[in-house]
Amino acid sequence: MAKVNKALFWSLFAAGGTLTAFVFPVLALITLIAAHGSPPDGIPEIMKFEQMQGLLANWFGKLAAFGTVSLALWHAAHRLRVGLHGLGLRADGLVAVVGYGIALVGTILAAYWLVQI
Amino acid sequence: MSAVQLELEILRYDPEKDQEPHFQTYQVACQEEWMVLDAINHVKDEVDTTLSYRWSCHMAVCGSCGMMIDGQPKLACKVSVKDYANKKVRIEPLANFPIERDLVVVQDDFMEKLKRVKPYIIRKEEQPIEAGEYKQSPAELKKFKQFTLCINCLCCYAACPEYALTPEFMGPAALALAHRYNTDSRDQGLAERHKELSKPEGVWDCSFTDTCSIACPKHVDPASALQQLKIATTVQWYKELIGMGDK
Amino acid sequence: MAYVRPVSKTTWYLKDRNYTIHMINELTSVFIGLYALLLLWGIGAVASGDKAYYQFFLECLTSPGMLVLLWVTTIVIFYHAIAWFKVTPKAMPIQKGEAFVPGGVIAGAHYVIWVLFSLVVLYFAGVF
Repeated sequence: MAKVNKALFWSLFAAGGTLTAFVFPVLALITLIAAHGSPPDGIPEIMKFEQMQGLLANWFGKLAAFGTVSLALWHAAHRLRVGLHGLGLRADGLVAVVGYGIALVGTILAAYWLVQI
Repeated sequence: MSAVQLELEILRYDPEKDQEPHFQTYQVACQEEWMVLDAINHVKDEVDTTLSYRWSCHMAVCGSCGMMIDGQPKLACKVSVKDYANKKVRIEPLANFPIERDLVVVQDDFMEKLKRVKPYIIRKEEQPIEAGEYKQSPAELKKFKQFTLCINCLCCYAACPEYALTPEFMGPAALALAHRYNTDSRDQGLAERHKELSKPEGVWDCSFTDTCSIACPKHVDPASALQQLKIATTVQWYKELIGMGDK
Repeated sequence: MAYVRPVSKTTWYLKDRNYTIHMINELTSVFIGLYALLLLWGIGAVASGDKAYYQFFLECLTSPGMLVLLWVTTIVIFYHAIAWFKVTPKAMPIQKGEAFVPGGVIAGAHYVIWVLFSLVVLYFAGVF
């Protein structure tokens, strides 16, 4: 897994990098606002449960959320693998298995939870 | 004509005498319009005839005077002494290559890699002479023209940290040339080159630091070629996966 | 015998400014990964229902430690986007007729789409 299919992992990395560049800034901004904007009752004004559920209830929302989370995980796993190799960590095979393993588990979990919503 | 004073610290290495290289300092009074190569030539002609280095054309065409100047890979004939006026300048052989003697490096590794990317037009079937030439539009030529400008000076290899860490990596210039032939409308060798390029030490050791392109004195932009080559290699890999590999 | 100069496998990226910038770019992946895990956590929380979503997800985000992490993550995510758009023209040049579209135009188009998309999402999220 670590040595073969570099094209596969690179394509996921490249797709994830592009997608996160477009999508992550605004999502992170919304999360940040939600985390800050707690009124005294502790419930933020945005990112309410009904809103999130509504967003993820339809198939378009599910697909978008699945693609974003999964590709971002594969992007991060691959880039971190390259980065750690650059930092001098020579256990490349182990880093690859752990990183890609997390991305794979995350991908499956995302699909599992999204289907339930 | 005012003079520019240069203190050259040149890395010296004599394989017959030295265990390891050492710096030797030369004070050179340069003329203002000199390039660093002129200052080194002055040392060779007037001060120390034992100094070894490569050079030929003095006009950034032959690609033989690539060396580390103040830590950066540059053509000595293309850098003005005025850039280093009244400073100490370190002159070292190109990084990431074994030192043959003084500023001369061993280039065998690159020569061998160059062969492996098959930098020539590959046809599945040569068309007979009577059929005439392979035609190409100006737009088709423009597509790869930039990548033909490489003079094999190897500044990009000296700038590439991945080549330093993984000497098996095919490296910028060889891969840029592979891309140059892959994108030539007359060429049909993409699938054949893919065998070499798709290996880990092919395109995949490149982590896109862009330093090869920053170093390139001919603005070939090998980093750009390499990213395009990664996309092409990925497409080819997916094609072969579904059994449509042949271009 | 030709002399081979030693290369540091652990500190090379400190030797040159461009190497350092590259290493910083690579390490943005840590925060991209963290935020992806946060999104995954959120999806799991939504799947677990109303109460769990607030108690085990949204309220956790408001703790001081989490806020600091979110701020850093957001800044790194913006940096990643800008760094990514900057090099996209190199990976995907566009030829129109004979000439190539200038890199600045390709990157600029990315920025326009990015800003418009972000404004639309902010609007539907109820931020304004």
